[in-house]
Amino acid sequence: MASIAVPGRQVAEERFRTCPDTGLEVHAKAETLIRVNVLTAVVFLAVGGLFGLLIALTRWQAIHLLPAEWFYLLLTAHGAAVLIFWIMFFEVALFYFTSAVVLNSRLATPMIAWVAYVMMLVGALVATVAVLQGNSSVMFTSYPPLQAAPHFYLGLILFAVGMLLTCFIFLGTLVVAKDEGTYEGSIPLATFGGLTGAIIMIFTLASGAIILIPTYLWSLGIISTIDPLTYKLVWWGLGHSSQQVNVTLQVVVWYTIAALVLGARPLSEKVSRTAFLLYILFLQLASAHHLLVEPGLSSAWKIFNTSYAMYLAVLGSMIHGMSVPGAVEAAQRRLGHTKGIFGWLREAPWGNPAFAGMFLSLVLFGFLGGISGVILGTEQINILMHNTLYVPGHFHATVVCGTTLAFMAMTYLLIPIFFQRDLAFPKMAKWQPYVFGAGAAGISLFMMGAGTLGVARRHWDITFTDALISFDYPATAFFMLGLNGLSALVAAAGGVMYVVVVFGSVFAGKRRTAAEAKSNPIAPGAVALRTYGSEGTLKLPGTIVLVSVFFIAFALYYFINWRFLAGIWTMS
Amino acid sequence: MALLPPKNRLWWNEPLHRMEIVWITIAFLWGIAMFSTMIWWHIYGEQNLSNESYRILPDVYAERVDVMIDAYQVGEDEFGMPIVRPPVGSDIYLQARLWDWSPILELVEGESYRLHLSSIDWQHGFSLQPTNINLQVHPGYEMVVTLTPNAAGEFGIVCNEYCGIGHHLMTGRINVLDREAALAAGMQLAAGE
Ligand code: HEM
Ligand SMILES: [Cu+2]
Ligand SMILES: [Cu+2]
Repeated sequence: MASIAVPGRQVAEERFRTCPDTGLEVHAKAETLIRVNVLTAVVFLAVGGLFGLLIALTRWQAIHLLPAEWFYLLLTAHGAAVLIFWIMFFEVALFYFTSAVVLNSRLATPMIAWVAYVMMLVGALVATVAVLQGNSSVMFTSYPPLQAAPHFYLGLILFAVGMLLTCFIFLGTLVVAKDEGTYEGSIPLATFGGLTGAIIMIFTLASGAIILIPTYLWSLGIISTIDPLTYKLVWWGLGHSSQQVNVTLQVVVWYTIAALVLGARPLSEKVSRTAFLLYILFLQLASAHHLLVEPGLSSAWKIFNTSYAMYLAVLGSMIHGMSVPGAVEAAQRRLGHTKGIFGWLREAPWGNPAFAGMFLSLVLFGFLGGISGVILGTEQINILMHNTLYVPGHFHATVVCGTTLAFMAMTYLLIPIFFQRDLAFPKMAKWQPYVFGAGAAGISLFMMGAGTLGVARRHWDITFTDALISFDYPATAFFMLGLNGLSALVAAAGGVMYVVVVFGSVFAGKRRTAAEAKSNPIAPGAVALRTYGSEGTLKLPGTIVLVSVFFIAFALYYFINWRFLAGIWTMS
Repeated sequence: MALLPPKNRLWWNEPLHRMEIVWITIAFLWGIAMFSTMIWWHIYGEQNLSNESYRILPDVYAERVDVMIDAYQVGEDEFGMPIVRPPVGSDIYLQARLWDWSPILELVEGESYRLHLSSIDWQHGFSLQPTNINLQVHPGYEMVVTLTPNAAGEFGIVCNEYCGIGHHLMTGRINVLDREAALAAGMQLAAGE
């Protein structure tokens, strides 16, 4: 395959190679950084996932595995290890991929990228150690007046500063690529998405600094109090916006995998890019929907901020929710899979774990995570769900079924591209997205189910055996938690498969040669398609059916929840 | 494709496909509908939070709770938690603290009360079950909401905001009397049958 001409490359001493699979020019220093950040992420996922399993087995009352202190401790560690460390280390790799690699450029300031890596790693380890030492079981949200050991906050701050550096390296690389003319025209969609993520990330980390630095000083005794409501308001500027970064990069991964595997092009660049812009524009007070049943904030404020800040960002996601399957359908039809409405879907490469993971992520994120998130973020309906297991049910659908599954799928392309190894245990890899996806969908659904019955989140014992006043949750709630435990076992099995495939491939996979890239391509789409541009007009009946089903499910479930609400005590 | 620069450098000038326009319009209108539903529910719905809340010092709040308990206590449970039967329509106070909800309130079905909620130490979560009402309770802030129980029975209060190692021990109760029982006990009821 022809490599892209790289006009005007000036920095002669930088080492590049042409990736035989994708034709991209890969900067050696960027490649090493991508490898290291991906592997670090996977280690945190492995550890954090194990904690998740132990927690789920504790909430399964028949097993009730951990003692209370360990439950709260590992719950804190689980949230930090997976939500923050796994995802963000992986996002660093995606930042470098969507800037340097996609633009055929060198990475700006690799030295600083290493500094950032070390800061993030040290920060993550310090915070994790603080939690494991036992005096910082404050959950990853660390709401005051609950107080952790000072080094817990310090670790998080260090991690955040490192992450901030990576955002600037991303921006710097865009400048370098433009100056050195490594691409022509506008930046590609994947880079555009990465840019969206980096901009939101900077906003996110600024909020984090504004709130975590005073909290750190408070834990040292230098500041006497932190207002709990102000803390929450600003903290969720960090906590929620970072989820918007996750969504953004997960969508980038969807487009990227569809492009590499099938040669899919966005239906229209304009629509897809505008959808990313909506994420940036309508995020400012996204913390509002975490504060819907809080005292001291008016309904007008809550409604306004959840609506403009959320529904317009939701609009962005609904657009991607059409344009990604649309791009897949269009590509499949172009490749000749044109039978009926769903022939393109039936004949999709379901045996390719990158594609399977990507498509499962798309469907599960939309149907489970997206819909439940909007319901949860409705001012009055939140009364039914605030701090119940519905909340972790919802975000396991977004951040596990959606982001984690997408990142796992992406790994199956990153390994051959950047480690130049074939996947070890290809059979296991083939099944992995299905096993993990089923388990993750299970924990999401069953936690939402228990939450609908009112079961509290972050709670060690819902039988209240030792409480003075007892209360009985319905038997169905216990049944849901049992099913949740079973699903956790399935998800954990999927997690182990992933870790085995990743480390097996990286350390013992067969070296991938250029010849093999031809005979056994991992990115046939890249070979099939070296032309620019959007998909032309095509009839996409399958996508129309999919989004229609989605919309009907959304609307029905929305109204069901208003019915639930109408059944509770009246309040005004 | 997503990894290559767009063919049309001026990507924002591309025409829209019909399918895209239709879907974007539907999604946008749906957002407007959901926005309007929240406002509509404030006007016609019967489950809304008031906007009434105050800043309050924890010890001042604790004192108000005590005043109410002193005035209307009718007994205590086996562990010494006071049981309080405030007049219908009155201001009632519930105090969250590590790790209990006090007192046990006795209300009457179909009658309204102004419930005050605050914490005297950390954040807690007021989760009234099985009716399923979940409100956040902050130290230093007092939330007031008018509640009308729609059924008689015993309702559990669970803490659903993590509040330290005794979090799962933090429970409370609200008893809702049916109207006959309340009349038989000599209570004055306000709401008509
Ligand atoms: C094997 C996979 C996993 C299992 C079985 C699992 C299970 C659980 C369970 C049972 C809870 C506790 C719910 C509660 O009691 O409040 C929980 C909390 C949580 N999980 Fe997972 N989880 C898994 C993977 C993940 C991943 C991959 C992420 C993030 C990417 C994640 C993020 C979280 C977060 C943020 C919390 C909330 C912690 C808190 O309340 O402070 N989990 N998980
Ligand atoms: Cu509590
Ligand atoms: Cu609690």
